[in-house]
Amino acid sequence: MANLTLIQAVNDGLKTAMRADESVVMFGEDVGPKGGVFLATEGLTAEFGKGRCFDTPLSEDGIIGTAIGMAMNGLRPVAEIQFQDFIFPAFDQIVSEAAKLRYRSGGQYTAPMVIRTPYGGGIRGGLYHSQSGEAYFAHTAGLKVVIPSTPHDAKGLLLASIQDPDPVLFMEPKALYRSVKGEVPEGEYTVDLSTLRTVREGRDVTVYCYGAMVPVVEKAAAQAKEQRGIDCLIIDLRTLLPLDEEGVIEAAKQTGRVVVVHEAPRFCGYGAEISAMIAERCIEYMEAPVKRVTGFDTPFPNTLEHHYLPDERRVLDAIEAVYDF
Amino acid sequence: MTDMLTVISSTGATKKGYDAGLSDEELLHCYRTMLLVRSFDEICLKLQRSGRIGFSIPNLGIEATQVGAASALRKTDWIFPSYRDFGMALYHGIPALEMMHNMFGNAEDAAKGRQMPVHFSFVDPIHFYSISSPIGTHLPHAVGAAYASQLRQEDTVHLVSFGDGGTSSCGFHSGMNFAAVWKAPVVFLCQNNGYAISCPSDEQTASDGYAIKAEAYGMPHQTVDGNDLLAVRQAVLDASERARKGEGPTLIEAVTFRMGGHSTSDDPTKYVPKEIVDKWKKKDPVERFRKFLEKRKLWTQKLEDQMRKETLAEVDAAAKAAQKVAKPGLETIFSDVYAEVPAHIRQQGEFLFDLSKRRGEADAGDGEFPL
Repeated sequence: MANLTLIQAVNDGLKTAMRADESVVMFGEDVGPKGGVFLATEGLTAEFGKGRCFDTPLSEDGIIGTAIGMAMNGLRPVAEIQFQDFIFPAFDQIVSEAAKLRYRSGGQYTAPMVIRTPYGGGIRGGLYHSQSGEAYFAHTAGLKVVIPSTPHDAKGLLLASIQDPDPVLFMEPKALYRSVKGEVPEGEYTVDLSTLRTVREGRDVTVYCYGAMVPVVEKAAAQAKEQRGIDCLIIDLRTLLPLDEEGVIEAAKQTGRVVVVHEAPRFCGYGAEISAMIAERCIEYMEAPVKRVTGFDTPFPNTLEHHYLPDERRVLDAIEAVYDF
Repeated sequence: MTDMLTVISSTGATKKGYDAGLSDEELLHCYRTMLLVRSFDEICLKLQRSGRIGFSIPNLGIEATQVGAASALRKTDWIFPSYRDFGMALYHGIPALEMMHNMFGNAEDAAKGRQMPVHFSFVDPIHFYSISSPIGTHLPHAVGAAYASQLRQEDTVHLVSFGDGGTSSCGFHSGMNFAAVWKAPVVFLCQNNGYAISCPSDEQTASDGYAIKAEAYGMPHQTVDGNDLLAVRQAVLDASERARKGEGPTLIEAVTFRMGGHSTSDDPTKYVPKEIVDKWKKKDPVERFRKFLEKRKLWTQKLEDQMRKETLAEVDAAAKAAQKVAKPGLETIFSDVYAEVPAHIRQQGEFLFDLSKRRGEADAGDGEFPL
């Protein structure tokens, strides 16, 4: 066991995968000798050579398009998109090509690849270094969407994603890169894609969250317990597609009061799916309407980003509202 | 436009001592493949007009580019085709029947009826990559696949084929740029057939032809007479040799002309001036190769009649057989989304199976493809 930050766990995961399987290659903008803008790929070119960890021209469409070609011809590419905000030139390659290749070729061609990308706010990055675009991708059949919130899960989910036979969008909460630390097993292990993580057991209110919102929810839940004696069940969804729907419904039934938290905008956001799922499948267990705590339906601001991002105050407000309903 | 490579003159003559590197059987196979493409077109047009298939893509006029390029490749090479490359598949022995299964979208179709007609996908006897409708997206795929071959130090060549319209796509730019930087073993084959659906070349680009675009990427290029099968073959052979030796990619522009519509639903008389069509009619690629064979004493009228009869019979039999095959089962809507069917998709499948049992199957309607 080593005590690592989330970014160190990602780096450890990449090294572990590349040591175990020589078909794993890592590439993107500035991921070579520089080691990536967040240092996720630090030391990889030195250890594995320029053929297996390398810089590409500045073209997201090219990065993802070539990753698809590598994947169909025997490699296990891990492509980095420097900021998730820059992924949209590759949207067509991800949504219409990688995600549909197995289906449209009857399984003759497949794209076992991972797209790693830092997402979310908290670094004063303004409109174009802060977005949470998971909902665009969770709407896409054929793609898997994974978001870790702890160093342990970051490594285990990354290794599972690299071994997965289908394309995985691996979104890393950059706000947590260096702000969380935790025990990470050495060597290979995987965390199953499509299982939830129960962060905290509780009987009063169920709070669903993922990525950078998990520590925010944990703090709000601690305050709810301390100030009001409200006992929160916290669920880290961690794989948004495919989702462990049974686990979601089970957790909702346990308390009958639900809050969903994400930093992406509300309208057609991931919380809408959770809310609809609960309405369709277990509304008879509900003691209160579902509450969503999300980013606003505006572009992501810069100077006032701390007002845009859900914080403990907003989560605590929602927990109390569903509890007191 | 840069200098155009030509091997066969309009009378069928070649330079003294010219050797195509093909046996008599292989030369006849090239010719037969072009006739097979014409038979395929002819029968698909009838099938579409009689409402038995929804759509097809005519290849008339482009056959020499397709077959010439294919003849330069080995079975271990990969083809990343455009949707107008029937001849590349047929040359390498992909059976007409397999292609007809796709035209009908039946249960035997490699893509299980999920794609429109003409969106072929094969891995055997050669990699003929699954076709996507959006233009230019497959260029970076070819480059990535080539990178994988290069990393493993194989001498595989990845040929990617696209039209003049494809050069305007972002995939062209990123594909060309990445391939040149990586020195990836790719042959970019631009089939300049005059029109992107209805948009003529002078509205597609302001550059002097398409081959010259390679210079900006630091890549060698070759313009070739696309109606000259052996010239296309020579250009692809030269480019492949460079690629196999680790010298990187080449852009080939094959100058040809689409004698038919974009598709069976298109009326090209609305936008192609008649005099252009008449000009190109005189340059028919099949006739040009026939004259070459005749000069080599490989062609007789008897052989011609026999080949035409055989190829038509072959495609006709394939169409009749494919038409008899049942539609894909309902479960094929839900399989192959992922390697394993996840719970939510399985539940949606069970819902549809149950609904179909209780209320009967959905009405197929009379949807007609417009393009």
